[in-house]
Amino acid sequence: MAKVTLTIDGKTVQAEEGSTVLEAASAADIDIPTLCYAKDLEPYGGCRMCIVKVEGIRGMPPSCTTRVAEGMKVTTEDDEILQARRMVLRLLMADHPSDCLSCPANLECELQALTKKLGVREHGLIHLDRQATLDESHPVFIRDMKRCILCAKCVRTCNEVVGAGAIGLINRGHRAEPAPFLGTGIKFSNCESCGECVEHCPTGALYYREPGPEPDYEVSTICPYCGTGCGLVLGVNKGKVIRAKGDPDNPINQGHLCVKGRFGSYEFVNHPDRLKTPLVRKDGELVEASWDEALDLVVQRFKESKGDKFAALASAKEPNEDNYIMQKFARAVMKTNSVDHCARLCHASTVAGLAASFGSGAMTNSIEDMEQAEVVLVTGSNTTENHPIIGNRLRHAIDKGTKLILFDPRDIPLAGKAVIWCRQRPGTDVAWINGLMHVIIEEGLADLDYVRERCEGFEAVEELVKSYTPERVSKITGVPAQDLVEAAKLYASGKPATIIYSMGITQHTTGTDNVKSLANLAMLCGNMGKPGGGVNPLRGQNNVQGACDVGGLPNVYSGYQKVTDPAARKKFEEAWHTDLPAEAGLTITEILEAAEKGEVKALYIMGENPMLSDPDVTHVEKALKATEFLVVQDIFLTETARLADVVLPAVTFAERDGTFTNTERRVQRLHQVIPPLSGCRKDWEIICDIATRMGYPMSYESESEIQDEIAELTPSYGGITYDRLDRGDQLAWPCPTKDHPGTPILHTKKFTRGKGKFFAIEYISADELPDKDFPMVLTTGRILEHFHTGTMTRKSKSLHALVPGPYVEIHPADARHYKIRDGEKVRVSSRRGSIELIAKVGRVDRGLIFIPFHFFEAAANVLTNPAVDPVAKIPEYKVCAARLEKSA
Amino acid sequence: MSNPASRENGVDGPITINGETVRAIDEIVKRYPVAEAALLPVLHKVQDQLGWLPVSALDWVAKRLGLPKTRVYGVTSFYTMFKRQKPGKHRIEICTNISCSLLGAEHLRDHIAKKLNIKPGETTEDGRITFDEVECLGSCGTAPVMLVDDKFYEKLTPEKVDDVLDKLNKDDLEAGGND
Ligand code: SF4
Ligand code: SF4
Ligand code: SF4
Ligand code: FES
Ligand code: FES
Repeated sequence: MAKVTLTIDGKTVQAEEGSTVLEAASAADIDIPTLCYAKDLEPYGGCRMCIVKVEGIRGMPPSCTTRVAEGMKVTTEDDEILQARRMVLRLLMADHPSDCLSCPANLECELQALTKKLGVREHGLIHLDRQATLDESHPVFIRDMKRCILCAKCVRTCNEVVGAGAIGLINRGHRAEPAPFLGTGIKFSNCESCGECVEHCPTGALYYREPGPEPDYEVSTICPYCGTGCGLVLGVNKGKVIRAKGDPDNPINQGHLCVKGRFGSYEFVNHPDRLKTPLVRKDGELVEASWDEALDLVVQRFKESKGDKFAALASAKEPNEDNYIMQKFARAVMKTNSVDHCARLCHASTVAGLAASFGSGAMTNSIEDMEQAEVVLVTGSNTTENHPIIGNRLRHAIDKGTKLILFDPRDIPLAGKAVIWCRQRPGTDVAWINGLMHVIIEEGLADLDYVRERCEGFEAVEELVKSYTPERVSKITGVPAQDLVEAAKLYASGKPATIIYSMGITQHTTGTDNVKSLANLAMLCGNMGKPGGGVNPLRGQNNVQGACDVGGLPNVYSGYQKVTDPAARKKFEEAWHTDLPAEAGLTITEILEAAEKGEVKALYIMGENPMLSDPDVTHVEKALKATEFLVVQDIFLTETARLADVVLPAVTFAERDGTFTNTERRVQRLHQVIPPLSGCRKDWEIICDIATRMGYPMSYESESEIQDEIAELTPSYGGITYDRLDRGDQLAWPCPTKDHPGTPILHTKKFTRGKGKFFAIEYISADELPDKDFPMVLTTGRILEHFHTGTMTRKSKSLHALVPGPYVEIHPADARHYKIRDGEKVRVSSRRGSIELIAKVGRVDRGLIFIPFHFFEAAANVLTNPAVDPVAKIPEYKVCAARLEKSA
Repeated sequence: MSNPASRENGVDGPITINGETVRAIDEIVKRYPVAEAALLPVLHKVQDQLGWLPVSALDWVAKRLGLPKTRVYGVTSFYTMFKRQKPGKHRIEICTNISCSLLGAEHLRDHIAKKLNIKPGETTEDGRITFDEVECLGSCGTAPVMLVDDKFYEKLTPEKVDDVLDKLNKDDLEAGGND
């Protein structure tokens, strides 16, 4: 970027071309007062506090909107400027309540600070009391518009940064104020409760109901919820974590957070229900026990259950280090490869599908990179709710010109932003993707040079999709033929175009097929290995990528080195000084089956809650009860822990160091915020202790030392060390050596497997289709305010207040048909069970119902179909047949 | 805080924007570099067709132009020429500018308001009459005056006003009740 030279208050200053006078001044440590300026918002020029004088320009232009120019001479302060600034303040004070002492922003208010700084005590004008809205509808924050100074920061944040557009300025003059649509309570609007507006408000107009004390100190770490991996700054007061702010230095979220990150990321840490002591089942009851007693029992029983009689569940919530230690324990000490985790239930088909097509089963491009796409195809991802910060960045890109194609049966928030929105029938993804390819090939829009040069197997696909005419596909999917044609043309026109998908694609019996089909589509248009292109599965959990990377899977060691490959096995046998089992182990679903049959006798579960997360939980419960010896290691007494024989209390993410690998393969550092709560231990320490007691000594000084072992044995993590992460290196794997910068975009020169492979795939229908007895299609998923099995989010007061309980979404026409009103209690049943919950009319398509799976009191997974994808063994959470009726 | 579906927000069921309006809107949008700039003329077109702007119309415009609903709502709340209340079948406008005012227009205004049981700017419960106070109607010589639909009534007294209102009622009843 070119530099310009200007003088500010006689000082020669260099500034980037295109930057503002305000930015140039602040870089030169010259302070100009502002009220409507914010670093992350577009220049606005609304408050006139920042006025300056520029030689040759008449009047006093606002420095926040004036761009620097070569040779410019700027004066930031003189009597006249001060006079004008004081006048601005006096005018603001003239209709502002003069009761600072009872204002929630007292001592933190920017208006108050400026009046003090500029010595304005009285406004000296006729006082006018602002008649403005007091909005107390929201459970977390209050909007008291009589204290609003109309800087529009809240409105601009909500539109520019968040992209929700929940508030705008309404009315005029004295009555103007920021308000949601129709001036109703914010709670009834499309507000996403992220709190960004509150964070940006300079006065006491927006404030939290329970602001909490000031922290004694703050520590930056990583959000424990979704795979986005936002940086958090946690505040601690008297040893307790009391607030979360976005980490402005984290490149992913740049200081912003979603509702879960802001309100839900810490409230559970010091929750009174935390497990603080081991529990051991005696006479049918779980009773408190000492660590020694509990571990002795575990060791004794594990010793009797080595080999196939043992299985372990690692965890997508836990850091890399603990997952690595868990799989090492299972393999080296227990002599079994039966270690798996809930990645099986979300993206196993991604790993299988993309590995087959490209040679690597992960997001191919980075989050930031997505903003360079001309066209984005989103399917099966409710990005706004499930990866909110990525969703915000996506909306931002769309506002800047990126075109969105959406394939989703539900009216998700992104639908309003799409150029083309197609509501396919659940379970018909292969058909519409083949349909798009049909049109692209017919119209001559395919990038055949790319296909010829970089890929193989295209001929079979070309042949197969011939029969997928828009008319035929329309019949299968329910999407109008014309829309399919338009969508195909638009995707092909994007140079580059990217594909973003999530569990709407993977959680099917055809999950692997769906993923391979998307890979076909991307290769067909030459979109792989380019900035702004790619195939990008958004991973659900904070560390689901990492848990897979470090070997929390039954068929691979860390770095996807196959357990069946003798060379790989030898390498790990040498490193771990023991012999290792040669056969792949069981997957989660198979482990539970084996447990039910009595084949798996001891099961060790770390930080997972299959009692809510796995399909057909009635069956899961049977399996867990049938397990002779069940050990659960967790932070709360989860639904699963209640069934355990031994419960071991672990620490939360805030009580430890570690690393999470986010959805874009970026390895990020967790920092210990508070010491472990008394009685709780880190997961890897507990496992090492058990191993050592079993005669296989495992001991590490710290997480950093474990990471070094991972790096040594895992080529893609080879160059990742705590030193580099602490220095601020942004490392996406593969990062093979200590001087390697990481790889934000995969497959740039060639595919990991050499050539990209096309797979010709026929459409087959979902496993269970609606019929006379179960006429509705049930689909399940997550919602914005809660996470996974709710173990953490439901302990958060704020999130609980926002969404206290389970519900089912029903189309208005279906609601009429069944005579169900919004808010009424209904019963939903499938072949596997039945639950009662509240009806919420809207969002879904006709014939479809949606139930979030977070709620134990009406667990969606009582209903879901455990039928799995034949390759990836992922269950079909997204389609099953169900019946809907009014509750008796 | 009221719920979005409350009556004062003009929730009034679905609307149909006819082909002519849609075509006119598409023409307007083409003339502007960004959709947001077309917002005012587009709202006018929609109001021309519907006679006012119910919530469903705001929704429709927001979707059509790809703008946040709040932005559209904000604009309609800024300009008084956008009607957010469904107008009555009849429109009564009384002038309260200087000449009329000197001859008792304010008294007449209050009289009408009391009789109709609404405030100026409002519409009667049965949706029959919208009553408003307006600026000079250009008939100062015959003040005080009012306009009922397209008809002038001059040199008003309370009795005269009563007669006019009664006649309006009678006509409506004969025309088939107050639908
Ligand atoms: S909380 Fe977030 S979504 Fe809601 S109004 Fe504020 S910025 Fe917008
Ligand atoms: S509520 Fe706060 S942020 Fe929003 S316009 Fe008013 S003063 Fe500015
Ligand atoms: S987007 Fe995901 S990682 Fe970021 S704050 Fe929200 S839940 Fe946490
Ligand atoms: S800060 Fe520049 S005008 Fe408000
Ligand atoms: S003042 Fe009433 S008509 Fe002119």
